Amino acid sequence: MPGTEFGFLVDWARKADAGPFSSVGVVDRVVYECHDPMVTLAAAAEATSRIGLVTMVVIGPLRDNAELARDAAAIDASSEGRLTLGLAVGARTEDYAAKGISPRGRGDRLTEQLLDLRLAWEAEGLEGPSLLVGGSSDVSFLRMARYADGYVHGGGPPRTFVRAASTAHTAWSELSRTGSPRLWAQGYFALGDPATVEKGRAYMRDYYAFTGPFAEKIAEGMLASPQAVAQFVRGYAEAGCHELVLFPAVADLAQIDLLAAALAEV
Amino acid sequence: MKVTVVGGGPAGLYFSLLLKKTQPDHDVAIYERNPEGATYGWGVVFSDRTLTSFREADYKTYTQITDNFIIWDSIDVCYRDEVLRCGGQVFSGISRKTLLGLLHARCDELGVTIEHQREMGPDDVEGDLVVAADGVHSVLREANAEHFKPRFVSGSSRYIWFGTERTFDSFTFAFRANDDGFFQAHAYPFDGQMSTFIVECDDASWRAAGLDAATEAESIAYCEALFAPELRGHALRSNNSKWIRFETLKNSSWHNDNMVLIGDSAHTAHFSIGSGTKLAMEDAISLANALETKGTVEAALTEYQLDRKPRVERFQEAARQSQTYFENTRLYQHMEPLQFAFHLLSRSGRIDYDDLRLRDRGFVGAVDRWFTASASSAASSSSAPAPAIAAPPSFAPLSIGGKTIPNRIAVTARHDLESAAATGAGLVFTDLVAVSEHARVSFDTPALLSTEIGQRWLGSSDVRSDETAGVTTVVTLGHSGARGATRPRDRMADVPLPPEETWGLLAASPIPYTSHSQVPFEMDRRYMDDVTEDFVTAATHAREAGWDMLELHMGHGYLLGSFISPLTNRRADDYGGAIEARLRYPLEVLDAVRSVWAGPLGVALNVSDWAPGGTTLREAVTTARSFTEHGCHFIRVLAGQTTAKHRPHYDEYFLTHYADRIRNEVGIVTIATGDITTVDHANTILAGGRADICLLRSLA
Repeated sequence: MPGTEFGFLVDWARKADAGPFSSVGVVDRVVYECHDPMVTLAAAAEATSRIGLVTMVVIGPLRDNAELARDAAAIDASSEGRLTLGLAVGARTEDYAAKGISPRGRGDRLTEQLLDLRLAWEAEGLEGPSLLVGGSSDVSFLRMARYADGYVHGGGPPRTFVRAASTAHTAWSELSRTGSPRLWAQGYFALGDPATVEKGRAYMRDYYAFTGPFAEKIAEGMLASPQAVAQFVRGYAEAGCHELVLFPAVADLAQIDLLAAALAEV
Repeated sequence: MKVTVVGGGPAGLYFSLLLKKTQPDHDVAIYERNPEGATYGWGVVFSDRTLTSFREADYKTYTQITDNFIIWDSIDVCYRDEVLRCGGQVFSGISRKTLLGLLHARCDELGVTIEHQREMGPDDVEGDLVVAADGVHSVLREANAEHFKPRFVSGSSRYIWFGTERTFDSFTFAFRANDDGFFQAHAYPFDGQMSTFIVECDDASWRAAGLDAATEAESIAYCEALFAPELRGHALRSNNSKWIRFETLKNSSWHNDNMVLIGDSAHTAHFSIGSGTKLAMEDAISLANALETKGTVEAALTEYQLDRKPRVERFQEAARQSQTYFENTRLYQHMEPLQFAFHLLSRSGRIDYDDLRLRDRGFVGAVDRWFTASASSAASSSSAPAPAIAAPPSFAPLSIGGKTIPNRIAVTARHDLESAAATGAGLVFTDLVAVSEHARVSFDTPALLSTEIGQRWLGSSDVRSDETAGVTTVVTLGHSGARGATRPRDRMADVPLPPEETWGLLAASPIPYTSHSQVPFEMDRRYMDDVTEDFVTAATHAREAGWDMLELHMGHGYLLGSFISPLTNRRADDYGGAIEARLRYPLEVLDAVRSVWAGPLGVALNVSDWAPGGTTLREAVTTARSFTEHGCHFIRVLAGQTTAKHRPHYDEYFLTHYADRIRNEVGIVTIATGDITTVDHANTILAGGRADICLLRSLA
């Protein structure tokens, strides 16, 4: 979030670690003011003792495979195996342009990256973090089923997740994978007085400005009341979601308390 | 604001009146090239949902439309001289001419300017907003084709529009077979006097009937004679009628600068699931709403496309399914009337078994009773009287190769047979069971190396002892081929074992499965004999251990499948090349197994590789036919995985339409797989004769 100090993110992770939460997540963008997700989680790993650390998601093709393997292994080691690495191709071609990397073939590069990461960790004798894959195309689900441990959903009301979860299970089952995929999902929230909620919506509109007219719809979907949070969490739980990450749209530690209070009602 | 609307059809008129109503200050003008009152087409059909949106948009036209309506609540299917009626559908029809007349009058009332006989080209239009409502061959769109990127796809069947004075009291689908082929009519009422009557047939029937060279009068005479029973002596009326192929239009973008496409200029969808007028008027509502609520034309046009394009695309997908059905109706001529009708009603994937039950319990009850009676007669090889009540199709018995299973639901035993048996499924499949150690996918792949192993698997459960469970077991034998020697699929699939743990792989051709995979050895005659022997030995173990059915895995890029697909078989010898040659080795294995296995035998077959240059449905039909001739009793339908880079299609019914084609073209017991998770879904597939058994996707 623009203007957010790095120390705040660490404080946020620390506070979440003390609360009734199972994971703390980070996002990844190039053409938008934000802190690097791997650096943030490295700090969070040191500042926390219990909570899971997850990238939702890192834009895989923008990173060097060997460096990503090394960074993820370091975070996983320092957090004693609490890291879950979510990867996807990302939705913004500007991010590729900014890095001077062609978006062409990014899907295939992500597929190769998943295997490279696993083999790199294995070569070091490491188990490595769990891998999640995001994306809504059928090929994304195939990639997930072949090389990852689970799926990370891009957001939306619970009914959109129901369909994605079913497809994830189908892709998994088609490849005769043992067990079942871990299913992760996400949402945005801003709780409190109308001014706080509006501040959250303004951030959402800004962050998703690249989607054009969708930004307004995404902003409208932000969870702005304890009732909305409860309904959302229940909906995802019933649809078989294992871990739901709620991102704040307002940078204020009080949001953690408000969210915890809302969740206590679920 | 100055708004120029080109085209005075329902889209242009309705949009103009809606806009003028809420924004009286706008200058709205419609330019129509035809004279007033000239119209093509007969009747227009709306569903109740569409009418609700009309009521909200403009109450006055809504009441005028509904005052002129013919309303009906059923669909009649005329087939083999029977008329089957399914009720509970709500449709309304109106003549296109009446509709245009009342929309026109409302435009006049609200102050919309309408100029007839005024052709408007791309250089003539001006205004703050230009609405291209000029139909499927839109001149305005074509002038900006590089932006809108219109794409047309032609259907394969031929059809022609007529009117008739025979007043149908329902939506009627009539089917007629003759020496020329198979024909259908789509007929529906639109005012008190007339009905629309569309005749459609596949290209072969059309040519055989000489309709390709027929004059209009000859076409009318042919169709009148063919559908004489349905027409009851009434004539068919022409309205500049010609045989055409349906063209589905999609546009990448629906607006450019100040120009926007609505109605047929933006999209078309096959007439068999709804009229273009319905879509056109819904577009008009959406566009008028967007202009009312958004501050700028640009924002409104974006909002309009966001609202309508995804909805229309879903509708077009359902229309495509329906169109494909009507293009292939000749394949379903063998079906009994109730099944034929059910298949027709559930063709687009939008209406399933439970929906039909809600609409007409009597109809679905009759389908259930027919299904159960015919299943029971087939299973006991004697004709059973129709039961008074019957369970849904999933619970009907089925006889396969002399073995009767109690219901049509199958599952795959991922862990042990016992828990799979406890699901109540009539058929329990194993996952891939290797015919030898080297045939394994990984270390954890079960291999049927001895009769004792087979007995242990069966005996580890109470499947054998508990007769009431009535579970039938199927062992799926296979050889991993190019996908062998990989790691267990607990963390990843298709990742090779480290060099020190691996073994050599065999395949039809030396093509590695992934870029990391080992290059397999192209099987020579000696290896082929060895592998055949492994299959025979494993089949013998399965027989001695007491398995009920045996299935050979010939899909998903495993060894036998690698011979069948042109993507994985590049052989220059007698086992490569044309489909007959590619089938030679798989058939040798089938025959050899047949010699030691007398019980029910099936094949898991890829009907599509989901990859360019891969197996086609046509080839898959040939393959399934060959297997049937060689004594195969059932086909389990698979797709994809022949190569690691296949492009899957995981929609809800993603393998069902393949199963439908195999079952109805080959006439073999067909098992549908895919994302089937509910009994409703299974009932829809089974009642419609799309498959005989549904293998449920494992519910984690």
